[in-house]
Order: sequence, then C-alpha cells, then structure tokens
Amino acid sequence: MPVDKDTVRRIARLARLAVDDDQLEPLAGELNAILAWVEQLGEVDVSGVEPLTSVVKQRLTMREDVVSDGFYPDDLMKNAPLSEDHFFVVPKVVE
Amino acid sequence: MMTTSLPTDFTLAEARDAVRAKKISARELTEAHITAMKAAKVLNAFITETPEHALDMAAQSDSRIAKGEARPLEGLPIGMKDLFCTKGIRTTAASKILENFVPSYESTVSQNLWNAGAVMLGKTNLDEFAMGSSNETSYFGPVINPWRATNKNENLVPGGSSGGSASAIAAHLCLAATGTDTGGSIRQPAAVTGIVGIKPTYGRCSRWGTVAFASSLDQAGPMTRTVRDAAIMLGAMASYDPKDSTSINTPVPDYEAALKNGVKGLKVGIPKEYRVDGAPPEIDALWAKGADWLKAQGAEIVEVSLPHTKYALPAYYIVAPAEASSNLARYDGVRYGHRASNVRDLTELYEKSRAEGFGREVERRIMIGTYVLSAGYYDAFYLRAQKIRTLIARDFTEAYKSCDVLLTPATPCAAFGVGAKTADPVSMYLNDVFTVTVNLAGLPGLSVPAGLSADGLPLGLQIIGKAFDEATVLRVGQALEEAAGFNAKPAAWWKS
Repeated sequence: MPVDKDTVRRIARLARLAVDDDQLEPLAGELNAILAWVEQLGEVDVSGVEPLTSVVKQRLTMREDVVSDGFYPDDLMKNAPLSEDHFFVVPKVVE
Repeated sequence: MMTTSLPTDFTLAEARDAVRAKKISARELTEAHITAMKAAKVLNAFITETPEHALDMAAQSDSRIAKGEARPLEGLPIGMKDLFCTKGIRTTAASKILENFVPSYESTVSQNLWNAGAVMLGKTNLDEFAMGSSNETSYFGPVINPWRATNKNENLVPGGSSGGSASAIAAHLCLAATGTDTGGSIRQPAAVTGIVGIKPTYGRCSRWGTVAFASSLDQAGPMTRTVRDAAIMLGAMASYDPKDSTSINTPVPDYEAALKNGVKGLKVGIPKEYRVDGAPPEIDALWAKGADWLKAQGAEIVEVSLPHTKYALPAYYIVAPAEASSNLARYDGVRYGHRASNVRDLTELYEKSRAEGFGREVERRIMIGTYVLSAGYYDAFYLRAQKIRTLIARDFTEAYKSCDVLLTPATPCAAFGVGAKTADPVSMYLNDVFTVTVNLAGLPGLSVPAGLSADGLPLGLQIIGKAFDEATVLRVGQALEEAAGFNAKPAAWWKS
C-alpha cells in the first residue's frame, strides 16, 4: 500500500504537523521504505493469537478516590508560552 | 580492591567505600569529576552542566558522612539523562520543543537517586525524545564516542539513545549515569562504548516524571563501568511507585549481595536465531567465547530457539511510533514548550509549533505512528504487531523451560562513524536487532563489555533474564566480566 503525496498531506494534518509542499514527496519516499520493510509481518500466522497489551500480568490497582494533589496554579503556568491570570492563551477559536 | 590514583578512575563501588572510609570527601570526588567534565566539551556528552548544584549536594553529603549518616550512594557524582524531569533544572529531551522547559517536579527515579545520596553533575545528551541509535538526532548536536579505531582519528558515534550517559561514563566524566531503554537505548550505547548497562524488567523502575516515548516499552536503568556498580545503582533506582500504574509492587532485592553466588549449575540458553546474515564474524566469535567462559565457570550451555526473533524489529517500528505519536500529541505550543509566532488560528498554532519544534526523525516516527493507527490501517498494522508481540513473549516463555538466562551478542557491529547511517533510517534501526526483542517481551537485559573488535573498538555481550530476575542476570554478567577481563580504555584525545 504505497503512500502518495495526498496520503502524506492527510497524515500530517491528523498529526498536526505543518509539512511544506516540497517535503511531501521525500516524506512519502521515507514512509514507503519503512512500510515496505514492516510488510514482512504479513507472513506470520496470527490467527487465534491475542494482542499483547501489557507485558506484566497484573491488575491495575485502584487508588482512593480523594483529592491528593494540586493547588499550585503558579507552578502549572510556569512553562506556558503565553498566559493571563492562570489561563492559557490561544488564538481566538469562536467568532 | 584495586588501588587507583585518580578519583575519576574509581568504580562506583570503590568511590562509595572510599567516601565512607573518609579517604576522600564527597567534595573532592565531585570536584575531580567537574574538572573532567569541563575538559571534555568536545564529546558533547552533557546538555546542561550543573556544577554548582553538584557542589551543594556534595557539601550536604559530607555533612551526613561526618554525622555517620551515609546513604547507599552518598556523595557519588552521576550524570542524569536529560529525559528525567529534574525540579528547577531544565529538562529538554534533547529537543527544540522543550529547549526551555523547567519542570516544577522531580521524576521518581531521579528522586530515588537523590534520596540515596547521589550527586548530580548535569543532564546528559541523548537522541531527541530518545528516538535514535547513534545520538545524532539531538537538537543539541551529536555526542562523540571517546573511543576511536586503532590508528584512526575519525569521530565515532556512542550509540543511542543514551549516548551522552555512555560517553560520559566511558570518558570517566562521571561514576555512573541513568539511561532509558525503549528498544536498546541503554544496552546498545553501553556495548559500543565499552561500559555496562542494564534494562530492568518493565515495571521495575517507575516511569513517572520521565519524558514518555513509547509507554509500554520505556524502562529506566543504570549505566556504569562494572556489573557490581550496575547492581548497586539499580537497587537505588528501582521502587514501587503508585504514581506509575504499571509499576510492580514487588520487593527490591539486594542485587549487590546476590553477585557472590556465581554461575555454577545455571543453564545458559543460546538462541540460534541471533546468528544474523552479514554480521561480522568477530561478533559470532565473541559470542562463542562468552559461552565458553560461562561453561568454564560451571554453567551448562543449551541451544534454544526463539522462532519469531526476525519479526521483533519490524513489530517494534509499528508499536513504538504508534505510542510515540500518541504521547507526543501533548506538545501543542499552548501549555509548555515551543510556540510558533504569527499564526492565524489554533490549528495553525499546533501545526507550526510542532513542525518547528520537532526534528526530522521525531516527525518521521509521529507520521508512521499516525498512519498505522489511522482508520482502515489499525488492524493491518498495529493490531497485527501487538499479536506478534504475544508470539515473541511466548518464545521466551518456551525457551525458559530449558534455561535460566540467554546469552546473545549486544549489537551487530562496533561503533560507526558520525554520519555513516543517517541517510537510511532502516539501516539505523537495524542496530537494535539484538536488543529490541527484550523490550517487546518486557524482560531484563544486560550488556557487558567483552572484548575489542579488529579495529580496537569495544564489543558487548547481552544476558537476557526472566521477568524480575535481574539478580541472576547480574550474576551471569559478573561472571562474563571476570572472564573477559575487559580493561581497555580509550586514549584521552578529547581533553582540553
């Protein structure tokens, strides 16, 4: 399943990555090379095999349903590129 | 114990004992390493040096030692991979997008080390977001391996992604350092710089506060110059952490004490599928030598089969990018990290901030991950890869019915030149062919320096163990280390 320029454009949009038009072709080439290489997985018989979602056989533990952390808005905002009164500032999203 | 002249020649264990015996102060030990670090800028092993912070920590250690309250790593200067968040100290993941990120919290692993008394010299360089096998994708420039081929002066890569840690340890800039290993990022750089590195069982060290790459594979571990040092440091790093839901609540054994048990009577499996076409004959020869060394010390060698080995790397290059594309979605230019200027709307803010903030390899992996998770492809790629992961884990379970540990080469080749493999992603990915299976199965794996290539460059052997059996892995590692007697050192060409 070869990746073409339109697919690269679509994937880049899904990934929220701006890609210049002149980069679409080279990226398609790189992605195709990697996908051609992983294609060999198609030869493995996986019928009846469960996907491995966790390498450790353990039940996820439940924590107590109480507030145990927080109350430091200054810390949370410290790395924000743009903020006002403990709010993150973004370009206008509603007209 | 070996007597050494310079404090930077101490092993971690020797330094610990010398500090406790008050033969050297934490301050003197730290100053010696700061001097070594400052004279080795050309290696580019550190992204952020923290000498003042180190001296403060050393002073605290000295006062504890004076009071007879020394902790396990009291006053021992180490490097911290710049993937572990350190409170108040810039943490970049070697990326532009986090170039100015200063965490307001401390990762569990680094906190454990500070609680044990360790001293931080600085944050070590790595591949951007730990994505790479040569430390060439760092936004802060490539790390240089202190090793050079015999009679050559070409710069070589230190492996990756924990290349800064590996280079710093091999050049004696620190006693030990932290690494993280998603597909081989501790073991592969350890092997090509002639040091020791262990990736523990998934869940042994907390992932909390470590910048995430592929969450089902990422695991922190120690990088050191000896197996004993790795045992000591792993004991300090490992813990059960309720803040990491995949952390396992099982006691941390005394790894150092377990070393004395030797390998007599242990069954060591040799997986025949690790003989790869085109690997240099010296890799196979070293592997055979390793098996002989263990046999001579009373271990039994058995041939085993891991039939799905060849599918591990392609499966990894679906699973890891898929998880990475999801993990790295958090970098949006809004809450922290690089933000693009002159944008018209929110979507453009996201797209431009990310395009400007991520390097080429990271973008490539996000794209692959997004593609294999996208509608219509999920079953064909991601689900299939996860099923193959089950088969790979099952291979190990079967093999462990007839052996206790596995012995394999650590890497398919010695260190290569800077720029030699950057043009072809797949050839770069193949560096992890022997290490990646272990991550997919969640098992512990140790790389031990075992000899030199024909060009005079270090080569390593890997020991793979059962889940949570790091103690046996380290025991076998020490047996190999003793037999190999690896004491070669790189010529100190980098000193300014």
